[in-house]
Amino acid sequence: MVNGVKQFELEQASFSEFAKAAYKNFNMDYPKFFKMDNLSKLAFLASEIILGSKVKEGEENNIALVFANQSSSLDTDVKYQGSIADKENYFPSPAVFVYTLPNICIGEISIRHKLQSENAFFVFEDFNAEFMTNYADLLLATNKAEKVLCGWVEYYQENYKAILYMVEKQGDLEHNKEIVNTLYNK
Amino acid sequence: MEAKSRLAEVVVKNVYITKTNCVTPLGFDVASNWQALLKGQSGIQRFEKLGMLESFYASVVDSDKIDTAFASISDKNHFTKLEKMLILALMPLIGQYNITNKTAFVFSTTKGNIGLLEDENNAVEGAHLAVLAKKISSFFGFSTEPIVVSNACVSGVLAIAVAKRMIQTGVYDNAFVVAGDAVSEFVLSGFNSFQAMSEAPCKPYDEERNGVTLGEAAAAVYLTSRETEVRPGAVKVIGDGAINDANHISGPSRTGEGLFRSIESAFAEAGVAKEKLDYISAHGTATLYNDEMEAVAFNRLGINTVSVNSLKAFYGHTLGASGLLETVIAIESARNNQLIASKGFAKMGVSQPISIITKNEEKEINFFLKTASGFGGCNTAVLFEKVV
Amino acid sequence: MEALKQELKGKIIEVLNLEDIAVEEINDNDALFGDGLGLDSIDALELIVLLDKDYGIKLTDPKAGKTIFQSVETMATYITDNRTK
Repeated sequence: MVNGVKQFELEQASFSEFAKAAYKNFNMDYPKFFKMDNLSKLAFLASEIILGSKVKEGEENNIALVFANQSSSLDTDVKYQGSIADKENYFPSPAVFVYTLPNICIGEISIRHKLQSENAFFVFEDFNAEFMTNYADLLLATNKAEKVLCGWVEYYQENYKAILYMVEKQGDLEHNKEIVNTLYNK
Repeated sequence: MEAKSRLAEVVVKNVYITKTNCVTPLGFDVASNWQALLKGQSGIQRFEKLGMLESFYASVVDSDKIDTAFASISDKNHFTKLEKMLILALMPLIGQYNITNKTAFVFSTTKGNIGLLEDENNAVEGAHLAVLAKKISSFFGFSTEPIVVSNACVSGVLAIAVAKRMIQTGVYDNAFVVAGDAVSEFVLSGFNSFQAMSEAPCKPYDEERNGVTLGEAAAAVYLTSRETEVRPGAVKVIGDGAINDANHISGPSRTGEGLFRSIESAFAEAGVAKEKLDYISAHGTATLYNDEMEAVAFNRLGINTVSVNSLKAFYGHTLGASGLLETVIAIESARNNQLIASKGFAKMGVSQPISIITKNEEKEINFFLKTASGFGGCNTAVLFEKVV
Repeated sequence: MEALKQELKGKIIEVLNLEDIAVEEINDNDALFGDGLGLDSIDALELIVLLDKDYGIKLTDPKAGKTIFQSVETMATYITDNRTK
């Protein structure tokens, strides 16, 4: 959904089917997408829809990325642990290991849009609207960023949710924790 | 959805670090660590056989010593080694300052209790970083929601910036920041699969460097905006930046762009000229690319003549703890006006000239910089000024 | 050798998640890195794991990968000469 309008739907599909279908639906042309882990795919898809219209090619885009979730990279951690659990079949994969950090998804989005900007990844038990609001506001107020893309990107074993919103000095909505919570609970 | 920021401007609030602590193989307080560093001692040792690794070097804290130290402060025993280290690191700070509902608890880690996944009988939930953070914050009775920073190898430095920024929003008056990561088969095998592990103790910036040595540690600092708590020897956090390379998820930018911009951002905020800088505590992981990238960034910024060291050959790369641990030691360097030799370095191994500290020496340190860079293209720089 | 090359192409696509590329599109002498398939440093590490896992070849010097992983042709030759399974 973008600004409350449904953009794409695929029912009763696994995440990887959903991700692939969404990628095709929005005509994304970015083969690296298929190398990403599930958390990065989720964050990438969600951000692509918002940033597509916000990032100006060939210009400096000072859009900070401030993301958070509950499960960090645990989904991929479990997968990686599986590759070293059996001593008879012990083949740790570097391509899996690199995704055992939650901020890699921020790196993927930064690379995609050449965002050399402030970025941070946080972990909370639940979506923390108050923290996200305050942190984003401070980045804007101190001119460390011109815009802030805030996100809750949670993925653990087929349970997933991504909520992204852009905060600017001028916008349609007042940026406060109540409004942000409403977005999250929609 | 677009939303309008309501914080038009922030009142510039001074934020200070007034108290520090660390738990490492070299000691369980700052004083013992400092003495060991002055003598050039390292926590790195050789270990045999772990998982499929025949042998490896790492800086590991003795579990029995942790248990003994922990028994003297608590009779509870349902804590993992990492949790005990975190509590031991934070304990001396808590006694000194009150926790209120305007006190933040910031926790930095990359992998937390990841070792719990090794035993299939453990619930996966035990490895949740927020659960670990809650366990530590409840132990000390924090009432605010823990803020967990998990941003790869910059986490420890970024946690300081986050605490300072959140204090500046006015939401908090003060903050306790604690950082910790443990050596596990998980990270050892991962770095090994990246062919990034050194076969000998790591040698930051040296010609013969060929990878990292991992380590474990916990560190803690107290940040405050209350001027009444500030004494000489405290340090003011005067600028920070945490900017992405947008280049590659595992390799640093060849031009050091993210680090360059992070440092620029820190200096711009502080309004301090780069000529004033007395010391840089750099990341120096001893991989070919990281150390080279840092040298390039420091040269581009014109701070390549400033005395610089890496503490990785003392402590190994302690991941989410490293940035905070190394800041604690850098603060000690400033307090004592004493530079510590960059262990493991013999012959210049980066293409651009930088001023590696080759022997312990006295030097007045008023302004110093802590930097880190990590997977995901992240970088962080925090600039400090000593209170005299 | 021909069978091995076909097998390798399939494995490379699978292991490196080259979703948009088909076996027929990879020529034996196409450059795997750089302008060819555009593989990167993590892919190179992953190919080292592939050699170990499927052909019992342990590559201890990562720099050796540079010549071995030039193309499917060079990989197949190396595997034929060194495989232990």
